[in-house]
Amino acid sequence: MGTNRREFLKSTGKFVLLTSAAALAWDFLEAGTPEAAPNYKLQEHWWAFAVDIEKCIGCGNCVRACKTENNVPLEPYFFRTWVERYHVPKGDIEHPEVDSPNGGYDGFPARYQPGDGSKNFFVPKLCNHCSHSPCTQVCPVGATFESPDGAVLVDKTYCLGCRYCVQACPYGCRFIDPRTMTVDKCSLCYHRITKGLTTACCESCPTGARMLGDLKNPKDPMHEFLRIHKILVLKPQMATGAKLYYNGLDGSVR
Amino acid sequence: MQRFIKDKEHLVRMVGLFLIGLVLFLVVQVLLVPKDFYKFGHFRAGALADNAARPVVFAGRQACESCHPDVVEARKGSRHGIIGCEACHGALAKHADDPGSLKPTRPDARTLCLVCHREDVAKPKSFKQVNPQEHMGGEPCISCHKPHHPETA
Amino acid sequence: MESMIHGVEGFMYPNEIELQWSILIVLYPYITGLVAGAFILASLERVFNVEAVKPTYRLALLTALAFLLVAPLPLQLHLGHPERAFEMFLTPHTTSAMAMFGFVYLWYLMAVLVLEIWLDYRKDIVLMARGSTGRMRQLYRAMALWSDNLSERSLEIDDKVGRFITLVGVPSAFLLHGYVGFIFGSIKANPWWSTPVMPVVFLFSAMVSGIALVMLVYMVACVFRGTVIDMRCLDTIARYLLYTFIIDFALEMLDLIHRIYESDESFKTLDFMVHTQLYFPHIIVQIVLGTILPIGLLGLVQLMSLSEHQRKGFYATAGVLTLIGIFAMRWNVVIGGQLFSKSFLGYTTYKLDFATREGLLPAIIILILPFIILWVLVKLLPPWTQQEPAA
Repeated sequence: MGTNRREFLKSTGKFVLLTSAAALAWDFLEAGTPEAAPNYKLQEHWWAFAVDIEKCIGCGNCVRACKTENNVPLEPYFFRTWVERYHVPKGDIEHPEVDSPNGGYDGFPARYQPGDGSKNFFVPKLCNHCSHSPCTQVCPVGATFESPDGAVLVDKTYCLGCRYCVQACPYGCRFIDPRTMTVDKCSLCYHRITKGLTTACCESCPTGARMLGDLKNPKDPMHEFLRIHKILVLKPQMATGAKLYYNGLDGSVR
Repeated sequence: MQRFIKDKEHLVRMVGLFLIGLVLFLVVQVLLVPKDFYKFGHFRAGALADNAARPVVFAGRQACESCHPDVVEARKGSRHGIIGCEACHGALAKHADDPGSLKPTRPDARTLCLVCHREDVAKPKSFKQVNPQEHMGGEPCISCHKPHHPETA
Repeated sequence: MESMIHGVEGFMYPNEIELQWSILIVLYPYITGLVAGAFILASLERVFNVEAVKPTYRLALLTALAFLLVAPLPLQLHLGHPERAFEMFLTPHTTSAMAMFGFVYLWYLMAVLVLEIWLDYRKDIVLMARGSTGRMRQLYRAMALWSDNLSERSLEIDDKVGRFITLVGVPSAFLLHGYVGFIFGSIKANPWWSTPVMPVVFLFSAMVSGIALVMLVYMVACVFRGTVIDMRCLDTIARYLLYTFIIDFALEMLDLIHRIYESDESFKTLDFMVHTQLYFPHIIVQIVLGTILPIGLLGLVQLMSLSEHQRKGFYATAGVLTLIGIFAMRWNVVIGGQLFSKSFLGYTTYKLDFATREGLLPAIIILILPFIILWVLVKLLPPWTQQEPAA
C-alpha cells in the first residue's frame, strides 16, 4: 500500500512538473510575434528620413497631419514633429531669431520684411531615430528601444514615466503624454510604414520637403538624395548616429 | 558543524533570511518578466506589434487614386501633381475604407490656398507665392485657378 | 499649459518648455546625500578609529536609516506610473545609471545599513528583549532573530563582522550617492550636467550635508535630553566638516573655472542663466550663504580660540547654512539644468505649485518624515548609554 502511494505521488509529481515545464517551453516558443504586420520582415528594412530645407514653405501641414494621425494632444506644448522659422540677421549666424508658434501647427504669422539683408528659412524637426541613440541608452527598464529596422520606438505599456529619456534627447523630440503619463515621440508612423504606406507628414507635405527612406532598398530615392546634396545632421558632435538627413542646413540651425 | 555555528546562530539566521529573500526575488523575476522580453534586444518584442497596430487615419494617395482616376488625369502635368490628395482634403482613411461613411468636404479655397501661397520672406524664392491684395485684390483664387491644375484657368 | 509660453524668453524647442524634473527630483539626491554623509561620519569612528566622534556613531547610523527609508518616496511620487517601478528590478537596463537605483538602494539598505545597525545594537536588543514584556518583547525578540546568545565570543564575532561591513559600507555609500551624480553627469545632451566631476562633486557635497546634519541632530538631541554636549566630539566633527567643505568647494570652483576658461558653445547661455534666473539660488544661497559663510565660520573657530558657547553658536549657524546651501546646490543642478534651452537660444521658468503631487507641500512633508522616523528609531533603539552626565 505504502509503495503504491509513493509510486502514485512520484508519477503525479513527474506529470505535473513535465506539464508545467512543457507549458513554459511552449509559451516561450509562441512568445513574441516577429512580424509587426503581415508580410513585413524586420531584417529587410533600415529606415531613415530626409528633409530638404530648400523646399520647406512652413505651411504646417506636417504638424497638423501628425497630430491627426497619431492622436497627439492638441493642447500645447507636445509635438512629435514641429517646424521652426529662422531669421538670421545680416552676417550673424551665431544669433538667429527662431520662433515656432504652436510648433507651426497654425502656420507662421508674417513677421519679417524682405530687404534687410537677412536670411530666412524654415526647419522641420522630428525624432532623428538615432542608430546610437542616447535616449534609449538611459531608459532604466527598456521601455524605449531601437527596433531592428531602425526606428526608435516606445513601449507604452512598459514605460514608467521617469522622464530620463526626455532629458537625454539632445534634440528635444520627446514629451510626456499627459493622458497616459508615458513618454511619446515620433514613431516614424511605424503603423503605416510596416504596411507599405508613407508617414503622415510625408503624405501631406505639398512640396516634397520631407522624405521617408528605406536604406536597405537599393531603389529607394533616398540614396540619390544623399549622394547629390550636401547633407548634414543636427548636432553631429554628439555622435548620436542620427538618421534624419538635412539638405540645406545652415550653420545657424540649433 | 555545531562547533562552527556556536555563538554565530544569529548570523546564520540572518544569512538564511537573505537567501530566502534572494530566492523569492528570483522566482518573482521569472514569473513577472514578459515572456518576449530580450527577443530582439532589451525590450518587449510585442511592443513592435503594438506600435504597428495603431489605426491608420490618412489613407495615402494610392488609395485615393485607385477610385478617382479622373482626378489623376486632371492633375497630370501640373506642379500640384506631386501633392498628396489628403494634404488639401484632410485625413480620409475612413472614406477610403467605406466611401459612404464619410463624405469629404470641399476645402475652403479662400483660406487653403494662402496657407501655402501667401508670400513670406522665409519661403524659398523658387516657390510661387503672392501678396493676396496685390495679386487679386481679395478675389477668391479659384476664380482664375483650378486647384487640381492651377496652371490652367 | 497655455500660460507656460509666457514664462519663455527667447526660443525653446516646443517640447522643452515644461520642466520634466521637479522639486521631488531635487529632494532625492539631497536625501541620499544626507544618508551617504551621515554614514561616512559614522564610519570615521569604526573604520578610521577617530575615537572622538564615538558619541555620534549610533545616532549617525539611525539618521542614515531614517532618511534612507524616505528616499524612494519622492521618486515614486514623481513617476508617471509608480506601479511599474518594480520593472527596474525585473528588467534593469544595464546601460542606464538609473536602473542601478533599485539594486544599489537595496544593497545599501539591507547589506550595509540594516546589518551594521543590527550588529552594533544586538547586545542591547537582546537585553531589551529580556527586560520587556508583551508586544514589545515579541518585537525585540524578533529583531534579535530569536537569539539570546550574549557570550563574549558572540559579541567579538559581531564586532569583527560589523567592522567588515562598515568597511564595505564606505565604498557602498560612495556608490549610493556617486551614481546619482553620474545620472546627471553622463547626459551629453545637457551641458550644465555633463561633466566627469559631477559624481565627485555630488559625493563631497553629500558628505558635507550629512556631517552637518548629524552634528545638528546631536546638538539638538542633547538639548532635548538635557545632557552635556561632548565638545571634543563636536569640535572633531566640525573639523571634518571644514576639511570636506574645502575639498567640495575646490571641486566646484575647478568645474566653474574650467567652464569659464574653455567658454564653449554652451557657456554664454549658462553664464546668462546663472546671472539672471539662478542668481539668487546659485550665487547668494549656494555660494555665499551656503559655502563661503560656513567655511568662514568653521575656519574662524580653528584660527581663533573661542569659548564653548561661542563655538556651539558658530557650529549651529554653519550647520544650518550648510544644509540650506547643499539643498540649493541640488536645486541649481536639477532645476537649473532645465531652465535653459538645448538650442542655447532661450529660457523657461519653473512653476512650483503648492498642493499638487509634485508641489511644495509634498516636498515639505518628505523632508519632515525622516525626523519622525528618526524619533521612532531613537525610541526603539536608544543610541545613548545611561551614564551620560546631565547638563
